[in-house]
Amino acid sequence: MSTQVTTAVSTSAWDGGRSPYATNSKKFGMWLFIISDALTFSALLFAYTYSRVSNPDWPTPFHFSPSIIFSSIMTFALLTSSLTMVMAVHAMNHGNRAAAGRWILATMAAGATFVGLHLTEWLNLINNEHVTPASNPWGVPLFGATFFGITGLHMTHVIIGIIYLGIICQGVMRKKFKAEDVEVAGLYWHFVDLVWMFVFPLVYLMSAKI
Amino acid sequence: MGSHAEEIEVHSPSIPTFAKIWITLLILTAVEVFLAYEQVPTLIMLTALLGLSVVKAALIIGYFMHLKFERLSLFLTLFPMLIFCILLMLIFLGDATRLPFMRPGA
Repeated sequence: MSTQVTTAVSTSAWDGGRSPYATNSKKFGMWLFIISDALTFSALLFAYTYSRVSNPDWPTPFHFSPSIIFSSIMTFALLTSSLTMVMAVHAMNHGNRAAAGRWILATMAAGATFVGLHLTEWLNLINNEHVTPASNPWGVPLFGATFFGITGLHMTHVIIGIIYLGIICQGVMRKKFKAEDVEVAGLYWHFVDLVWMFVFPLVYLMSAKI
Repeated sequence: MGSHAEEIEVHSPSIPTFAKIWITLLILTAVEVFLAYEQVPTLIMLTALLGLSVVKAALIIGYFMHLKFERLSLFLTLFPMLIFCILLMLIFLGDATRLPFMRPGA
């Protein structure tokens, strides 16, 4: 009687030798970063919401023109940039590097439009409405702190995203990088878009002057 | 990587699907801007806007970020923890709503 040897071939994805998520490690790494970054933004937005709920005299200073119009166009720019990013990944998956490069450039242009409009909006608030991170004419100093804190961190993410896409784009044009690299950059870009989907209603729409 | 190549199947939605998602997101944004000018209590407005935003986020994550077409195990590894932590942040909501009534003279 010999030792019983289990020869059944394991079929579980968790027994080693293969990727249990059926993704590459770069993509999984980006997902982990996105989840932790989502917690950062959640904490900021919760802090803002609590400050707001506990201050009944929270200002609602954003006029329809220019603030709400500007922020709506910025939302449109980011949503459109997500579509062009998806097109870039699609082109890259089909081996069309020239098209992928052009779609990434379009994504960067939409991102730059967002940043340009946002900075114009900031300068308008700083110069014409005299809002700073520490003070504003409407009485609740936290308004400036939360506004510039949240939109500032988001804008930093957009600017980093444009630089990231620029590096990916020049690599794609020069036959470097694989389709998965474009996809991972796309994940980051969509996340930046996703965060704005919460910043826009919470920070802008809830503070629209009616 | 090579031995994994056949495992990672490229299953992706078509371009018209992406366009439809994009149009849906734009419409939802327009609804949000419209809602901002309706005279409703703050808490109802907050719930409505956040509800629409969660729908938009789900569309972006599911289609643009491709999560709907990944393995379920990836979703289960990433999202229950995130949702749990976000719900934990609600712990102070009671304090925040009570604070205005605790001020002197309130």
